[in-house]
Amino acid sequence: MKFAVIVFPGSNCDVDMYHAIKDELGEEVEYVWHDADNLDEFDGILLPGGFSYGDYLRSGAIARFSNVMKTIMKAAEEEKPILGVCNGFQILLEAGLLPGAMRRNNSLKFICRPVELRVENHETMFTSAYEKGEIITIPIAHGEGNYYCDEETLNKLIANRQIVFRYHNENPNGSLGDIAGIINEKGNVLGMMPHPERAVDELLGSADGLKLFQSIVKYWREAHVVNA
Amino acid sequence: MYKVKVYVTLRESVLDPQGTAVKGALHSLSYHEVQDVRIGKFMELIIEKSERNIDELVCEMCEKLLANTVIEDYRYEIEEVVVQ
Repeated sequence: MKFAVIVFPGSNCDVDMYHAIKDELGEEVEYVWHDADNLDEFDGILLPGGFSYGDYLRSGAIARFSNVMKTIMKAAEEEKPILGVCNGFQILLEAGLLPGAMRRNNSLKFICRPVELRVENHETMFTSAYEKGEIITIPIAHGEGNYYCDEETLNKLIANRQIVFRYHNENPNGSLGDIAGIINEKGNVLGMMPHPERAVDELLGSADGLKLFQSIVKYWREAHVVNA
Repeated sequence: MYKVKVYVTLRESVLDPQGTAVKGALHSLSYHEVQDVRIGKFMELIIEKSERNIDELVCEMCEKLLANTVIEDYRYEIEEVVVQ
């Protein structure tokens, strides 16, 4: 399986993402600059964390209009797996590929530490390697991860099982319904604030993030490889 | 030319953590009269006249980029200016 790590001016978790895929997962991966207009050769698209365009105006607001986003919108329709982490999640929200928006953390502080998550939906292409309700430890690193949507949207997210990860025990940023990660209705676009790419080896403190990437590969192999 | 002033604030229904912190600070300075503080953004745009209706144009820019209408409200003032 071949992944693209999209690089915007100001992305800073692109190297972590690349390392997770190449060295820990053992799959093909390439960096793709934000002005690219074709992603056909890639099977999965990863939007890394960071501060695209310096977070000017709003996190993700400017990156959302970069050239590569047109082809990402197309890939979303084609039901390719698309994962947005942290700033990548914020970009997906601004692009309207996922519903809702991010507010400043309720503490107003930038928070960088491991948190516990509960896998709310383990029946997605991103979470099938996890157990039902599994508690995992993944680091967060953000100042604007306080997820918000209106009540109607929240009810829809719950009804469609689109809430994939919730913060467990303690909500670090004030997000509505303890939401840490959501998926689109079709189930191929996942956005999450915690960084699974920073939890792919016990040496890093946790390897709980690796199963997320393994799930994507498993899904892709089953769909595309004969005798998988 | 037009000079357009755009104001973007969090919607009434959305808690503004920055505004709440500033309100707390004002209270600690004994300004207990302060009931509420909302923090927002102010943008000044200089726009050339075109065949597009200026009101429509600014509204479109706000909806597309300048505000995120999921959590933010916007308003704007348009002033016609003469360029030297």
